[in-house]
Amino acid sequence: MTPLASYLLVAALLFSIGLAGALTRRNAILVLIGIELMLNAANLNLIAFWRYGPHPELLTGMMFAIFSIAVAAAEAAVGLGLVIQIYRHAHTTDLDAMNRMKG
Amino acid sequence: MSFVFYLLAALTVAGAFAAMLLKNTVHCALALTVAFAGLALLFLNLDAQFAGFAQILVYIGAVAILVVFAILLTRGSETPRDGVFSRTWFVGLLIAAGVFATLSWAVLQSVRVLPHETAVPTVTVLQIGNALVGRFVLPLEIVALLLTAATIGAVIVAMHEKEGQQ
Repeated sequence: MTPLASYLLVAALLFSIGLAGALTRRNAILVLIGIELMLNAANLNLIAFWRYGPHPELLTGMMFAIFSIAVAAAEAAVGLGLVIQIYRHAHTTDLDAMNRMKG
Repeated sequence: MSFVFYLLAALTVAGAFAAMLLKNTVHCALALTVAFAGLALLFLNLDAQFAGFAQILVYIGAVAILVVFAILLTRGSETPRDGVFSRTWFVGLLIAAGVFATLSWAVLQSVRVLPHETAVPTVTVLQIGNALVGRFVLPLEIVALLLTAATIGAVIVAMHEKEGQQ
């Protein structure tokens, strides 16, 4: 097992944990946490490929990961703002209870 | 692989598992912080110091705090009566297991063709800065625009509307 393959397997496991959480939890905030875990797993892949791939001095994978971190931060801010607004409106963060498109 | 890698991987995966399995939402947020810290240490283990410290600053410093704020603002720390998992949890678990099986099969199939450079890359912050304002200046500008739009959008979405006001 090469080092890169081990990192890729860890990232695949993290991605699956995040996906399982996003698909099974009721609380909207925990679904967002699952999505953050999936984004982080992708970042781990990018950094691992940057480290063990050819031409690390071009910084491609590292830059991709840094931009991905910035986008994930924006996503978290907007997502949590939406969850807070939905809570004000429906007084719940339970996704099973949110079954109406109309307010 | 070194002992340090296994330790950090176990810490990260345990944190992620706890974040997705615990009943109390505040405990989930704390477990998420552990997972983020483990990932930052994995980045440092991969000689990506800048990305590791950016991970600590952005995820542990900002995202985890935002999650805790959101949990406290929505009274999400109360454990719901009818369980923390949705009615269709089995389907979700099945899909996640299928995705993991596919991904790990793909990785294990391609072990021989994966690159494995042994030379440790030496990257200074000066090089990263030069790349950011040189080759990657357009993505940097787009991210700046995105962060501005996201800040304004988050404030507008979460702003409390008074009665009778739009």
